Amino acid sequence: MLRRLHEMLVKEFIQVFRDTRTRTLLFVPPIIQMLIFGYAATLEVRHIPIAVLDYDNSQVSRELLSRFTASPYFDVRTYLSDRREIGDLIDRGEVTVALQINGGFAQDLGKGQTARLQVIVDSSNSNTALIAVSYINQIAARFAQEFQRTQLLRTSPFAPSQMPSIVFERRPLFNVNFDSQWFFVPGVIGNLILVMVVSLTAFAIVREREIGTLEQIMVTPIGRLEFILGKTVPFFLIGLFDTALVSLVGTFWFGVPFRGSIGVLAIGSILFILCMLGIGLFISTISRTQQQAMVSGFFFNMPAISFSGFGTPIGSMPEWLQTLTYLNPLRHFLEVLRGVYLKGVRLDVLWPQMVAMGLLGSIMLAISVARFQKSLD
Amino acid sequence: MTDHDTIPVLAHDLVKRFGDFVAVDHINLEARAGEVVGFLGPNGSGKSTTIRMLCGLLRPSAGQALVAGFDVARKPEQVRRRIGYMSQKFSLYNDLQVIENIRFFAGMYDVPASVLHERTEWVLYMAGLVGRESTITGTLPGGWKQRLALGCAVLHRPSILFLDEPTSGVDPISRRRFWELIHAMAAEGVTVLVTTHYMDEAEYCNRLVLIFQGRIVASGSPTELKQQAMAGELLLIECDRLGPALDLLQQVPDARHVALFGKALHVVVPDAQTGIPRLRAVLSAHGIAVSRIEPIRASLEDVFVSLTAQLSGQRT
Ligand SMILES: Nc1ncnc2c1ncn2[C@@H]1O[C@H](COP(=O)(O)OP(=O)(O)OP(=O)(O)O)[C@@H](O)[C@H]1O
Ligand SMILES: [Mg+2]
Repeated sequence: MLRRLHEMLVKEFIQVFRDTRTRTLLFVPPIIQMLIFGYAATLEVRHIPIAVLDYDNSQVSRELLSRFTASPYFDVRTYLSDRREIGDLIDRGEVTVALQINGGFAQDLGKGQTARLQVIVDSSNSNTALIAVSYINQIAARFAQEFQRTQLLRTSPFAPSQMPSIVFERRPLFNVNFDSQWFFVPGVIGNLILVMVVSLTAFAIVREREIGTLEQIMVTPIGRLEFILGKTVPFFLIGLFDTALVSLVGTFWFGVPFRGSIGVLAIGSILFILCMLGIGLFISTISRTQQQAMVSGFFFNMPAISFSGFGTPIGSMPEWLQTLTYLNPLRHFLEVLRGVYLKGVRLDVLWPQMVAMGLLGSIMLAISVARFQKSLD
Repeated sequence: MTDHDTIPVLAHDLVKRFGDFVAVDHINLEARAGEVVGFLGPNGSGKSTTIRMLCGLLRPSAGQALVAGFDVARKPEQVRRRIGYMSQKFSLYNDLQVIENIRFFAGMYDVPASVLHERTEWVLYMAGLVGRESTITGTLPGGWKQRLALGCAVLHRPSILFLDEPTSGVDPISRRRFWELIHAMAAEGVTVLVTTHYMDEAEYCNRLVLIFQGRIVASGSPTELKQQAMAGELLLIECDRLGPALDLLQQVPDARHVALFGKALHVVVPDAQTGIPRLRAVLSAHGIAVSRIEPIRASLEDVFVSLTAQLSGQRT
């Protein structure tokens, strides 16, 4: 038993590590993807392209606009002179927001009247649009407040320098700067491991089926379990190594704090990789060709990622869907990753997720092993 | 090793269906120790499917097969320990070295460490790969690959060997060497079931089984088959205007299996003595000049062609 398993493993590792291309494929793409996704998958919107149209052309209006030029959230691209240019600019996607200050802006403000600032937003990406509007609101509100204060000081110098005002102060518990990279990077780790382990496992077996070596192995006395272990143990180890690798990128490149224990992360990763091996194995039992495996993999990966809480919060899904997500190992793994990374929580909090992954993994592996037959029918 | 009284391969009314399609249709088969049995049949006739059932790779839909005395459907693991199999596709690892392939399959078959070295040397020797142990298998020429595959399939010294088109795509000299290996093993008592498309190889078999559309349509030694199938005598005719001659001969009542073979015609007649003058007369009467007409020994190809032609005519 052990001898055959040993020979299987030797063979698998030779095959993986002999070929430079395969070797590179196992470790370089995860890092690159981590970098790309780490930057791309972020809720934060910066450098929103903006056009400004100042009909007032007063000192006050220029003062307001300078707040936008100074803001890291906006890039002032063009200064317009005609409002008719706006529509075209937005259509061509050159700017997302156009800001229009109407004539009499300074005057109204001086008289203490409501001064109007017109904002035209491209809301085809509603997320960005909402965020942009809220930034504009903040900038405008602060500007108004400061304007009022200077105004007040000028008219009555002895008035208290501190204006009574309510400022909404955000005090997040874990992610102090609302840095969405912190939120997303652990998620990206989960996604990468999912895609890597599922496809590697499925492909490794289906490829042998396709080239015919599987048939040759099946006529040897090797046991089903020996074969399956021989095929999965290497990818288990590679998966674990990749987890460590992308986690290091997350910590050292993106500076996501690692507040929890490596042990808890390791347990979570092991359980999650077992689930993914089960899925990969299952896909290999229903696919005759690598192409079929790829399609099946896609059908698993897409919903697994969409309904994991990676992008869309699970809380905002319909009730029944929320219940279904408990069957998704990635959901639990993301909770573990975020818990360990951002909150530093331990097993006393994360045990339900661990148990869930353990159960799901056992069920999936059991089904796949049962389905995997040493025959060609 | 099998006892002497168990028949190494025994199939009884073996059937394999894929959905509605019957790929193997009630095949009965028997192979004795040391026998080389050849499977012949056109593409898709069910040769590989039969062999796969005998190896325990496919479950028979009906019927029974005993290999080395074990039922292939119920005790496939027992069967697997005792057989060697080379599938129709080359199925060693192309990206492994020669020696790594040998070690891998030796491990799979649990070849004891005490004989591992000797067996490895033997495989290298018989495949002609001594000194090329660390060559990547995929870079070997076809003939070497096939011999290595054979070597890997017999590392555990099985008493029964299933070879599915082991020599396809291999040059004639390598094929001959391959068959020498097969005969050497058979001489030691190994039972060999081999499929082939090469008629010259069929002549090397002790017994032939002709399969057509999933059924056995003829079987026997090459000599028996030729006599049986060719009830009558085979004539070779060389003449000008082959086309009209062919049409003409097909009209002659006693002439059967008229077929074009290269630049000559083959015809079967009940008796050469009376047949030759009669055919010559028919042809000359239509102005066809006959340069040669004589009885020849039927080749297996004649048998094969005439049998399949006959059957296709009946079935379609
Ligand atoms: N798994 C399968 N599912 C469905 N049909 C199959 C399957 N395997 C084989 N067949 C069909 O069964 C028939 C017999 O196939 P088989 O491979 O046994 O033929 P063969 O005699 O080995 O032919 P060849 O000389 O081309 O190797 C073919 O028509 C083939 O398409
Ligand atoms: Mg075949």
